[in-house]
Amino acid sequence: MNRYPLWKYVTLVVALLIGLVYTLPNFFGKAPAVQVSSAKSVVKVDGALAPRIEEALSKAGLKPDFVKLDGTTVLARFADTDAQIKAKDAIHKALNTDPSDPSYVVALNLLSRTPAWLVFLHANPMNLGLDLRGGVHFLLEVDMKSALTKKAESLTGDVRTLLRDKSIRHAGVSRDGNSVEVRFREQGVLNQAVTLLSEQLTDVRWTPQAEGAEFKLVGVLKPEAAIRVQESAVKQNITSLHNRVNELGVSEPVIQQQGLNRVVVELPGVQDTARAKDIIGRTATLEVRMVDESAEAAAALQGNGPVPFGTERFVERGGRPLIVKRQVVLTGENLTDAQAGFGEQQEPAVHLTLDPKGSRIMKDVSRENIGKRMAILLFEKGKGEVVTAPAIRSELGGGRIQITGAMTTQEANDTSLLLRAGSLAAPMEFIEESTIGPSLGAENISKGINSVIYGFAAIALFMCIYYRLFGVFSSLALGFNLLLLVAILSMIGATLTLPGVAAIALALGMAIDANVLINERIREELRNGAAAQTAISAGYERAFATILDSNITTLIAGLALLAFGSGPIRGFAIVHCLGILTSMFSAVVFSRGLVNLWYGRQKKLKSVAIGQVWKPAVVPNGTSTEVQMDNASNVINGGKV
Amino acid sequence: MEFFRINRDIPFMKHALIFNVISFVTFAAAVFFLVTRGLHFSIEFKGGSQMEIAYTQSADIGKVRGVIESMGFGEVQVQNFGSSRDVMIRLPALADIKQDEIVNRVFTQLCKTEAGTVSREEKISAKGEAISRQVCMNATGSEPVRLSRSEYIGPSVGDELATDGATALLVTVIGIIIYLAFRFEWKFALAGIIANLHDVIIILGFFAFFQWEFSLSVLAAVLAVLGYSVNESVVIFDRIREAFRKYRKLTTHEVIDHAITSTMSRTIITHGCTQMMVLSMLIFGGQTLHYFAVALTIGILFGIYSSVFVAAAIAMWLGVKREDLIKTTVKDIDPNDPNAGAVV
Repeated sequence: MNRYPLWKYVTLVVALLIGLVYTLPNFFGKAPAVQVSSAKSVVKVDGALAPRIEEALSKAGLKPDFVKLDGTTVLARFADTDAQIKAKDAIHKALNTDPSDPSYVVALNLLSRTPAWLVFLHANPMNLGLDLRGGVHFLLEVDMKSALTKKAESLTGDVRTLLRDKSIRHAGVSRDGNSVEVRFREQGVLNQAVTLLSEQLTDVRWTPQAEGAEFKLVGVLKPEAAIRVQESAVKQNITSLHNRVNELGVSEPVIQQQGLNRVVVELPGVQDTARAKDIIGRTATLEVRMVDESAEAAAALQGNGPVPFGTERFVERGGRPLIVKRQVVLTGENLTDAQAGFGEQQEPAVHLTLDPKGSRIMKDVSRENIGKRMAILLFEKGKGEVVTAPAIRSELGGGRIQITGAMTTQEANDTSLLLRAGSLAAPMEFIEESTIGPSLGAENISKGINSVIYGFAAIALFMCIYYRLFGVFSSLALGFNLLLLVAILSMIGATLTLPGVAAIALALGMAIDANVLINERIREELRNGAAAQTAISAGYERAFATILDSNITTLIAGLALLAFGSGPIRGFAIVHCLGILTSMFSAVVFSRGLVNLWYGRQKKLKSVAIGQVWKPAVVPNGTSTEVQMDNASNVINGGKV
Repeated sequence: MEFFRINRDIPFMKHALIFNVISFVTFAAAVFFLVTRGLHFSIEFKGGSQMEIAYTQSADIGKVRGVIESMGFGEVQVQNFGSSRDVMIRLPALADIKQDEIVNRVFTQLCKTEAGTVSREEKISAKGEAISRQVCMNATGSEPVRLSRSEYIGPSVGDELATDGATALLVTVIGIIIYLAFRFEWKFALAGIIANLHDVIIILGFFAFFQWEFSLSVLAAVLAVLGYSVNESVVIFDRIREAFRKYRKLTTHEVIDHAITSTMSRTIITHGCTQMMVLSMLIFGGQTLHYFAVALTIGILFGIYSSVFVAAAIAMWLGVKREDLIKTTVKDIDPNDPNAGAVV
């Protein structure tokens, strides 16, 4: 009865092998490396860059271990730090022809020494969190002035629309700094406008000013509204940062508001500031404006005239210039989503979704501008670039816009990513960056690992003494549990933090419960006079229901932590939940496998080495299995072996 | 080797009232301290700045405190952290001063006290990582103080964390009640959860009484312990059900006694093993894991007590009966059915 079919043994061996292979990468150290990533969203890092870097390196007489494209970066690993630093300079010189406006970020980094065959199996080491390896910490400042300027810009648009809708004739609406100025020719019209505007735009305080023959109305954001604008700008930027960082798969990032206008970004597992800046620094602002297609604009494009008043010249992604009106139709604020997909003719397309305000504006603007082109602009570090400038084919109602045209699927993907990246309310600037002390991290690692090792040793020693051979099996199962847990964490690319290490320790401490339950049950069966083989079988079967129950309650707490925890708590919860699952497998299936392998073949098994099984002396009024009603004082005979 | 050699069932339930009184008193004391002293929340919940500073020599805590207090940042905490050379400084969140400036100003001031100046150092570590950090250099070119870590957290984040923590606790409690009610019976579910919430309150009571720092990891420990010690109640309830089936003549009282006695060995050994691991964290885990391990230790110890003495006792007071657990299988034969009996 205590025999596993062959397939079960095979499964166990396979699980053991997988565990070993995926745990293994964690034991190789890190080697110095150079990492090249794009400094601008319009510069793409692709396969063509690696040969260029290789060439630059060979010119400098440097031999990298390898140069490879990894996602959106090119990595080159070196044997020593000397070569690494020389390589950084060589690559920087070769790629960035204009040092004042670099296209690529070249940074030092560390790469795992995991051998190629393991990498081929996608076996990579676990990332270590900020608290274990040190990490990048950024302080970003949201440019509040530009948030307010932008608000004023969009207010001028609102004013225009409102006045036009009510047929109030004005002599011009413009933005001056953070205020909106509306000119009128008659006092009566101004009064009309004041009533309308103060009713519709409650955030603005309107004050009439006489200016020569004209009447001027100046609107300034009320202080509380200005604060609201700033607050929501920071909030929106934080949300966008979250999306950006999430999209790039950094686990456990910390993105928090600090003070009124600052955002902290902490990226554990990202050692170099370049990659982190690549993630955050590319966040840009997005604007939709109309393309000026007048004769003057065409002349300006040819270089035969000045850029017309109220327009600006931008460069399209292909390199062609474009004259775009200054007036902003929509901003990234109104764009809720951008996804790459396919159009009606299965051609690559970008689908945009606008919020209600955005869709209303877009409907009006597109109706009046059918056949004309609109430009979607991305502003990075103060410089704007046209992402795409499609022609409007029909009225765009319903808030869903589809951009199709001569583009590949890859281009559609890129465009949608850029558009999503653009939904920041205001630009941000790095004002502080720091790495958290790696020595502190190293100390935390050794402390965490020591507690796991010593705790494990203590438990294993106790189990082996108390339960003899079964204790050995239990300890092996516990070791297998640790192996599986580390392997799974490595496989899913989890970031290990100190709370995560604590969770591993706790998972092991709790996992032994299952083996204790099983061993106690087997002893109990033996005590009640069962034969050795029957006792083993019954012990495992009876204990299983209890093990399942107890693990489920622990899992409920773990899942609640996972769902509502943030930052360090999440890391703890993930390991905690995984630990429960692996312990079920190792404590029940694996330890049973060992027991079966050892005892299963022995047909006439007389005894099992599970430590001494004490049998109570037969008491006068019956056997011990029946509960006695008398209240004997000496019911516990403790401790004799 | 076998520690527990128990001839007869120990009549635990005879003393149930005493146990419940003890529980109630500890519980009341915990609530009292929670209310009067409150929890000493970490900056994760409150917001504020925290910096860890390493001196080359033993740090003079009094002097450091004096320097910072003279800067007027309100309530400042200065304490040793790990060794006598490491100092942890906590500063409250202040509305009128930018948080990152506080750390800089404090560090600069402390550096000045050690006759050094703050500058920026850019270097590449032996492993090949680029490191850029603030250093405090004195005239001889050595570093008397080093900023090993700084942290500042805005107060708004803290509120969110507190709500999330409370939600997690609530969801865990509800989840466990539902599971226990489904698996056993509502009386057990209620008894189990009361017993274990009593543990949670007692852990919090300890933290309030000693004014230990209540951080996010302590919250994680509390929830983990909640799930873990419910196990204990589950194991005992399981045995109670089994005993109800096996020994039809025994009263509820005796059944519970039997269940507790027969699981005692397992209870002690399991908790002992888990405690070994926690103890190892307490000894080797350093300052960061200290209160995490402390919370687990209290939770594990009270977990044994509450599952054994409180949960079962409450189930008993609630009037658990054999019929509650063993569903008598009603024969699905209708006596009025003319075709009944003709079963092949």
